[in-house]
Amino acid sequence: MRRQHPLIVAISYLTMAFLYMPLAGVAIFSVNAARRGMVWKGFTFKWYLKLFENDWILEAAWNTLLLAVISTVVATILGTILAIAMDRFPWRSRTSNFLDTILHIPVIIPDIILAASLVVAFGLLRLASSVFEPGLLNMIIGHITFQIAFVALVVRSRLVAIGREVEEAARDLFATNWYLLRKVMLPLLMPGIIAGAMLAFTLSLDDFVISFFTAGPESQTLPLFIFAAVRRGVTPQIHALSTLIMLVTVVLVVLTERFTRHR
Amino acid sequence: MKRADSVITWYGELTTRQQLLKRGALLLTPGMFWLMLFLVLPGLVLVVVSVVTRGAYGQLEWTFTLENYKRLAGYTLFGWTPDYLMILWRSVVVAFFTTLVSVILSYPLCFFIAGRPERSRYMWLTLVIIPFWTNMVIRAYAWFLILSPELPFARLAAMFGFIPDGAPLYPNAFAVYLGMVSMFLPFVTLPLYASVERLDWALVEAAQDLYASRFRTFTQAILPQTMPGLSVGVILTFVPAMGMFVVPDLLGGAKYMLVGNLIQQQFGTSRDWPFGAAISMGLMVLTMIGLQIYRRKGKEIEVI
Repeated sequence: MRRQHPLIVAISYLTMAFLYMPLAGVAIFSVNAARRGMVWKGFTFKWYLKLFENDWILEAAWNTLLLAVISTVVATILGTILAIAMDRFPWRSRTSNFLDTILHIPVIIPDIILAASLVVAFGLLRLASSVFEPGLLNMIIGHITFQIAFVALVVRSRLVAIGREVEEAARDLFATNWYLLRKVMLPLLMPGIIAGAMLAFTLSLDDFVISFFTAGPESQTLPLFIFAAVRRGVTPQIHALSTLIMLVTVVLVVLTERFTRHR
Repeated sequence: MKRADSVITWYGELTTRQQLLKRGALLLTPGMFWLMLFLVLPGLVLVVVSVVTRGAYGQLEWTFTLENYKRLAGYTLFGWTPDYLMILWRSVVVAFFTTLVSVILSYPLCFFIAGRPERSRYMWLTLVIIPFWTNMVIRAYAWFLILSPELPFARLAAMFGFIPDGAPLYPNAFAVYLGMVSMFLPFVTLPLYASVERLDWALVEAAQDLYASRFRTFTQAILPQTMPGLSVGVILTFVPAMGMFVVPDLLGGAKYMLVGNLIQQQFGTSRDWPFGAAISMGLMVLTMIGLQIYRRKGKEIEVI
């Protein structure tokens, strides 16, 4: 192992402290008995218990989950099909460059621009149909739109990694299109599809901007709720809620790590 | 016989090009239809809306005008003001320095992690991944909490006379930078680490054997090798940093507005979609210019 300069070690520890100090602060104040202010008044779990009596928070949690699950399922299906379509057919290079550019748009433009364009587009679609009132449906559409790109990119890199030999072997053994897809492609692609779906799910849970622009009064999600609460003035309940969300994130990250590393 | 109809083998299948393309188009349709309808079309609509007029109640009036862009450039009824241009410029500066500081902090951190023994290396890496996936609203408001007047940081700043006694350490530029850097640091660290982990140390040693200074060793032996990871990190940071509005909203206040806040304002309280669309175009152009400059400097870039 290479010897490390003490300065590198020192900077690294300081950087990590810089990343975690604010989060630790939230966790500490979530178990502080003081109703307001930053003075330590003893240990308590009551703010956590109160979360489960707060209908708004429960509804926001439900909306968050619903939004993430529905959008992830749709985006994973559409993204996977799109990846196969883009990678496994003899497109002319102009066509495939064009498709590639469209696929990269959500990755390389600031999400606030996507959000703004969706607001305007939904505004015009509303003239045609009232389903496009700000609300959960709009949020789901918005999330799917950026998730598709990420799923397709992840699945496509898996397609490239698989190569063509297995497929050729299956064809040589007279596999039909359907058999090839079900028994050869999908099993081989599964790790990529799952990785793409997990990425899409986390992106949806993490998103604030798209939701903020497309949400209606009835479709609060947890990030929106916290944002609104902070502007009104933070309460210990918000600390407790945030700490819980952070814990869920930690569990998800560790699980994902385990899952992808053992593959 | 036409080339399109000739029989080819494709992935072991005996077929014609035409048949393949027909099947491919069928598979392409659902995903591309969605992206056209909800990504490309709304984008074009946004361009159109940026040149129409806002009605008295915030509705769109289809008279075409360049008024919104003129307003963004600072021309008002009462003469020229640099207000909006200042906000755009500030966003570029903030995004640039956020990226720069994140890169400067990421290099030592990556080398530190890469130098850990195998077991603890994954722990350290996980410790960087966790903030990466933690919701940014929570991470922004965590700073809001840490900088509040009763806690040591604000007290210390008050002691040195930077802020009045009993005031929080926000809203100001300093708080925005703290929030931005902590928000985007993992976005640089993670892709950069992928490159640092694969670093060929023989080249670094060769540079040292030839008496290269520390600086030259870095620029000639380390930087070129870590360029792929660095490029991804820089793009992942610079682009969203340009459009960021949560951090400046919570930690910057009205005095330190960024273009993200300005856009949000037009679609929120002001209800001025055409102007909001024009600002979005401005942001888009700035982002593209930033990426172009970087692309020219950094030669080859692979996104994802």
